[in-house]
Amino acid sequence: MARQGAYASTGRNCLKGIIINYMELKCTREASGNAIVELGRKNSNVVVLSADLSGSTKADEFAKVFPQRFFNMGIAEANMMNTAAGLAVSGKIAFATTFAIFASGRAWEQIRNTIAYSNLNVKIIATHGGISVGPDGSSHQGIEDIALMRVIPGMTVLVPVDAIETPKAIFSAAEHQGPVYIRLARLKLPVITKPQDTFIIGKSNILREGTDATVIACGIMVSSALQASELLAKENIKITVLNCYSIKPIDTGTIISLAEKTGAVVTAEEHLQIGGLGSSVSEILSQNYPVPVEMIAIKDRFGQSGEPEELLKEYHLTSKDIVTTVKKAISRKI
Amino acid sequence: MPVLSDDKIETLKAKAKTIRQHIIKMLALAGSGHPGGSLSSVEILVSLYFHKLSHNPANPKWEDRDRFLMSKGHAAPVWYATLSEAGYFTQETLWTLRKLGSPLQGHPDMQKTPGVEMSSGSLGQGLSVANGIALSGKLDKKNYRVYVLLGDGESQEGQVWEAAMASAHYKLNNLCAILDYNGFQIDGPIEKVMSPLPLSEKWIAFGWNVINIDGHNFKEIIEALDKAEDVKNKPTIIIARTVKGKGVSFMENQYEWHGKAPTPQQAEIALKELS
Ligand SMILES: Cc1ncc(C[n+]2csc(CCOP(=O)(O)OP(=O)(O)O)c2C)c(N)n1
Repeated sequence: MARQGAYASTGRNCLKGIIINYMELKCTREASGNAIVELGRKNSNVVVLSADLSGSTKADEFAKVFPQRFFNMGIAEANMMNTAAGLAVSGKIAFATTFAIFASGRAWEQIRNTIAYSNLNVKIIATHGGISVGPDGSSHQGIEDIALMRVIPGMTVLVPVDAIETPKAIFSAAEHQGPVYIRLARLKLPVITKPQDTFIIGKSNILREGTDATVIACGIMVSSALQASELLAKENIKITVLNCYSIKPIDTGTIISLAEKTGAVVTAEEHLQIGGLGSSVSEILSQNYPVPVEMIAIKDRFGQSGEPEELLKEYHLTSKDIVTTVKKAISRKI
Repeated sequence: MPVLSDDKIETLKAKAKTIRQHIIKMLALAGSGHPGGSLSSVEILVSLYFHKLSHNPANPKWEDRDRFLMSKGHAAPVWYATLSEAGYFTQETLWTLRKLGSPLQGHPDMQKTPGVEMSSGSLGQGLSVANGIALSGKLDKKNYRVYVLLGDGESQEGQVWEAAMASAHYKLNNLCAILDYNGFQIDGPIEKVMSPLPLSEKWIAFGWNVINIDGHNFKEIIEALDKAEDVKNKPTIIIARTVKGKGVSFMENQYEWHGKAPTPQQAEIALKELS
């Protein structure tokens, strides 16, 4: 009954076949919006900026409760980022909200030169990350944002996996000194973590343990990895699944130890292969503990319109793709 | 408002002269940097730091201080020389400009230099930051004012106009922009490269209070800064007509001197002219 309800409420965003069907779906954007309101209650220095996407990013929740501390900057993302910088340099914790593509693309240089260079407390809430944005098509699908943010010195990049983890990411970001980029999806995402699970910037969580291979995933791909682990278990292949919510700093220690333990790694992300989580993991393993690494990611190609589920299939980002790729990685073990 | 006596003006003139000398010396020692737009802004910075601003060099982060930001960050030498004269750091520090490990980076760095409110160097961004600081001041019910120096070439950046719209939208009367209207940018006269003219009409259309002055005349600068303080509902921009390279005959209105340091011989001639 609950299961049906969850699906019914997601309408066209329904992801059956991609995620495990017993999981409840919940909106991480809503979780983020509410978490920022909660923060605002505790800390009068919390301010929120929006670029005419307040409903989509759920910044409107904060606007309703704290109109004085909410600034709609209009469709001017570069200006919004620097205004956030000005607020931050004056002691505020400034949450700047827009879509991932515009936050990381349009305002990249503002983030780099004015926010990150001075290590300012601007927290970028970038919703609509990834190809699962769906029908709006390529112009609205941020598929290179992790790469663009990751290359900036000192930038923290987080991809919370579900609606339980999202508030933890928001609270950690608020406590962290310096800029943070938080990538959220448009879709409701399956709830796979528990309230008591830890969330620490620079760490990760092991969700399944197995010794044949490790899947290191972020965002929507974590639940696909869990589904893949069930499919693989039927063939007696046991994998470890790592929820790598902190892309930067990344949990180097855990990644190396899992490579040692399992001897093969598959990365999975709803992002371009170039510069994303897979690149980051490869940078670590090639230098510290080289094992076969395979990457599930968008190859050198733009997105397009389509339903999320169709797009995830078209771009080979499903649990079935993870299954075949895990086998390939295992076959490459020496 | 502090009174502007004739004596005070003479003191300010002397400061300006010293600061111009520092700029030339710093750039010659560094071997690179931007003299033109530094020399054009000298009287503006002197008016602010030695007359208008509430600030405390012994406590640069004093929370009620007025804020000055340099959006045209390449003019860092005039800022550094002014800050040093105001007591934020020693004169010796000036001679380390652009050297490895120096607190005086090629472009302003708030984490390295006392008194530098905000890092800059990438043009077009400072007015947005100033808006954020002004919004914060209003939110916190603080009385500090925010000043930001823009370049005329810089105002070709679209973001300046995004910010201009926002300052007026939020009625930031605690904000005062100053435009160093020296008429030149790197590639030549602003009107030839990409005319941002007419300036006053644009700013008025964006909802600003506009004051036009001679940017080398202390009385006019300070009167304009005072007037800006009385405006109730809008931000003010002071469009300061200046001479690029002001004070050094062979640099004046020569855009080749936008971003080139004088050789030791040229510096000697310049310093003679400035003494
Ligand atoms: C975004 C950006 N583009 C280009 C430059 C390179 N640049 C440095 S100074 C300058 C010309 C600035 O002209 P103006 O604003 O008129 O300054 P001023 O003449 O007062 O020195 C340019 C293009 C830069 N610093 N930032």
